[in-house]
Amino acid sequence: MSKIDWAAFPDARGHFGPYGGRFVSETLMGALDELQQVYEQYINDPDFMAELDHDLKQFVGRPNPLYHAERLSRELGGAQIYLKREDLNHTGAHKVNNTIGQALLAKKLGKTRIIAETGAGQHGVATATVAARLGLECVVYMGEEDTRRQSQNVYRMRLLGAEVVVVKSGTRTLKDALNEAMRDWVTNVDDTFYIIGTVAGPHPYPAMVRDFQAVIGREAREQHLEMTGKLPDALVACVGGGSNAIGLFHPFLGDESVEMIGVEAGGDGVETGRHSAPLCAGQPGVLHGNRTYLMEDENGQIIGTHSVSAGLDYPGVGPEHAWLKDIGRVNYVSVTDDQALAGFHRMTRTEGIIPALETSHAIAHVLDLAPQMRPDQSIIINLSGRGDKDLNTVAEREGITL
Amino acid sequence: MSRIEQRFAELREQNRAALIPYVTAGDPEPGATVPLMHALVAAGADLIELGVPFSDPMADGPVIQKACERALRFGTSLRDVLAMVAEFRKTDTTTPVVLMGYLNPVERMGYEAFAATAKTAGLDGLLTVDLPPEESEEVVDLLEASGIDPIFLVAPTTSDARIDHVARAARGFVYYVSLKGVTGSQTLDTSALAERLEGLRRHTGLPLGVGFGIRDAQTAAQVAQVADAVVVGSAIVRLAEEHDGDADGFARAAATVVREMRDAMDVARSPGAAATV
Repeated sequence: MSKIDWAAFPDARGHFGPYGGRFVSETLMGALDELQQVYEQYINDPDFMAELDHDLKQFVGRPNPLYHAERLSRELGGAQIYLKREDLNHTGAHKVNNTIGQALLAKKLGKTRIIAETGAGQHGVATATVAARLGLECVVYMGEEDTRRQSQNVYRMRLLGAEVVVVKSGTRTLKDALNEAMRDWVTNVDDTFYIIGTVAGPHPYPAMVRDFQAVIGREAREQHLEMTGKLPDALVACVGGGSNAIGLFHPFLGDESVEMIGVEAGGDGVETGRHSAPLCAGQPGVLHGNRTYLMEDENGQIIGTHSVSAGLDYPGVGPEHAWLKDIGRVNYVSVTDDQALAGFHRMTRTEGIIPALETSHAIAHVLDLAPQMRPDQSIIINLSGRGDKDLNTVAEREGITL
Repeated sequence: MSRIEQRFAELREQNRAALIPYVTAGDPEPGATVPLMHALVAAGADLIELGVPFSDPMADGPVIQKACERALRFGTSLRDVLAMVAEFRKTDTTTPVVLMGYLNPVERMGYEAFAATAKTAGLDGLLTVDLPPEESEEVVDLLEASGIDPIFLVAPTTSDARIDHVARAARGFVYYVSLKGVTGSQTLDTSALAERLEGLRRHTGLPLGVGFGIRDAQTAAQVAQVADAVVVGSAIVRLAEEHDGDADGFARAAATVVREMRDAMDVARSPGAAATV
C-alpha cells in the first residue's frame, strides 16, 4: 500500500480502480468535459486558489478549530478525542467548503443559474447561500419526505432566495432529488451549473468535491501536529455520499500509521435490510453517473434506504470510498439509528456541542472505539455539522412535540 | 445481414423512413407487452424499442417514469423482458427489437449472461442511455460477439470530435436525441434538426434515427423527411396511463397512433410531397 501514489487517483477518465467513471446520457458529456477542463485549469491557478482561500477565511470562517474533547476523552477512559469543528463553519456544516469552490467555477464558466440536490438540507442551504452572495439564480431539489423532516432548512433556503422543488417521484428522498436535478441539468445545460453536494456523480465531481473538501484534512493534520507533535492514530467520519469523510481522510492517505474508519448509517440494523450502508451491505453497480457500491435488489433495481439522518439516507456512496474499501485503506462500519441518537446525546451533554445526526454516527462509533485505545493515542472525529436542524427529529423520536 | 440492417435496407429501397415505437416492458402489466408489440407491428411499426423498467430513470420525463413504476409494481426484471422478446420472436422473425434502458440491471445480470440470453431470445440491439462509448468497451465486445448491436446516442451538445468516437462504437443505427432534455419534452425545431443530421451524415454511414419530442403524426412526418427513423416514446406510453390498467384499450389506442404516424410519414416521403421542413 505504501507504493500507492494517492495523487494519481482518479485516472484521467475519473476511475478509482474499477469505480467512478462517467455514466451519463450523451447530452451531458460535453458539459462534463468542459467542467473538467475548467476545473483542472483553476485548481492549479494561484489567483483562483487565493480567491477561494480568501472566501473560506472571510465568509466561511476557516480555519475552524481542532477541539480537544477532554471531558468525553476522560469519561471514555481511552484515546484522546479531537473534534474537527466543521459545525462552526458559516451555514453550520462542511458542505459550504465545496459550494464556495463550485460557485466560483460557475462564475468562471459564465453560468447564471445554479441547481443542487439536497437530503438533510445542509448542502441546499450551503448552495443557496453562495448563490445569494454571488447573485445567481438557484433551484434546489429535495425529496418530499426530507422537506417534511427538515422543514426549517426548506424555509432557510427560501429566505435565501432559492426555489425549493419538492420531489415526489420514487422514494421521495435524496436519490430522487438527484434524479430530478440531473433531469433539470440535461434540459438547461447551456446556462446551468449543477453543484453536486457529495463526492459522487460523474467525473470530475468525485475528484473536484474531494479537492474542495480536503481543506478539512489539511487543517486537521497541521493542527494535530501543532497541538500534540504527532499524527493522530485514527480518523473517524460518517459516510453517506462521503464528502466530509473524504475531506478529512484524503490528506492522511499517505500516512500509513493513521487508521481511518468511515461510519455508515445502519438504520434499524444492517441485518433488517432497513439501512443506508452500501459499503457494508451492498454491491458494486452503476447509478447517478458513477460505478460504486449500491443498495440494489437481485434485478439491479435500486432499493429504498432508511436512516434517521436525512443526509445519510442514500443508496450509493462516492466511488473513491468504494475503492478505499476494496484496497483495505479505510475500514467501513455501520451504527444504528439508536446508537447514533445515543452519540448525539452524549456529545451534547458532555461537551456542550449539539452535533448533526449524520455526525452522531461517527461519534457513536468512537464511543466504542476510544475505550479500546490508550490515553496516549488520539482520534479525530469530523464534527461535520451542527444539530440544530435535527431538533424536530430527535424530539419526535422521544415523543416530544415542539 | 442483421435484422436491423435488413430492415433499413428494405426501407431505403422503398424510400420510407422507419417508424420505431417505444413501449416500457411490463406496462401496464407483464402479460400485455407481447400482444402490444404484435399490435404495433400490425399498425406499421418497423422496429420495436422495448424499455427495460428501472427504479431511477434519470433521462426520462414523468410519462416514462410512471410507466417504469407501473412495470416495477409487477417486478418486471431484465430477464422477464428478455423472455418477452423470446416470446415475440416465436411468431415474428423479421421485426428487429432493441432494448432501451439503464446500465445497472445489465451489470447486475452480468454482461456475459446478458449477451448469451439476449442472443437466444432473438434480441437485435441494446441502447443504455447512461453508457457513453468511453465506458462501453467490455460490453460492446460481448454484444458484438453475440450479434447484438450496441446503439449509441448523439445529442445536440455532442462535439464533432465526440461524434467520431460515438460513430466508431455504434452499430445498427445512430440515435439522435433531438433536443436537450428528458424524454417527452415539448418542442422540436425541425429545421435545426435537418441541418444537424446533414452534419452527422459526414461522420457515419449508419442510418440516423431521431427521438425525444416527437408528439404527433405531423412531427413524425416532418422528421421522416430528414431522418432514416422516427422514434416515438412518450406519445405512446402516455396512452397507457390514460387507459389506466386497461391493456387492450391501450394497445388499440397505441396502434391507432402508430398507424396515423405511419400514414403521415409515408405521405411525407411520397414523390411530389411538398417539403414542409
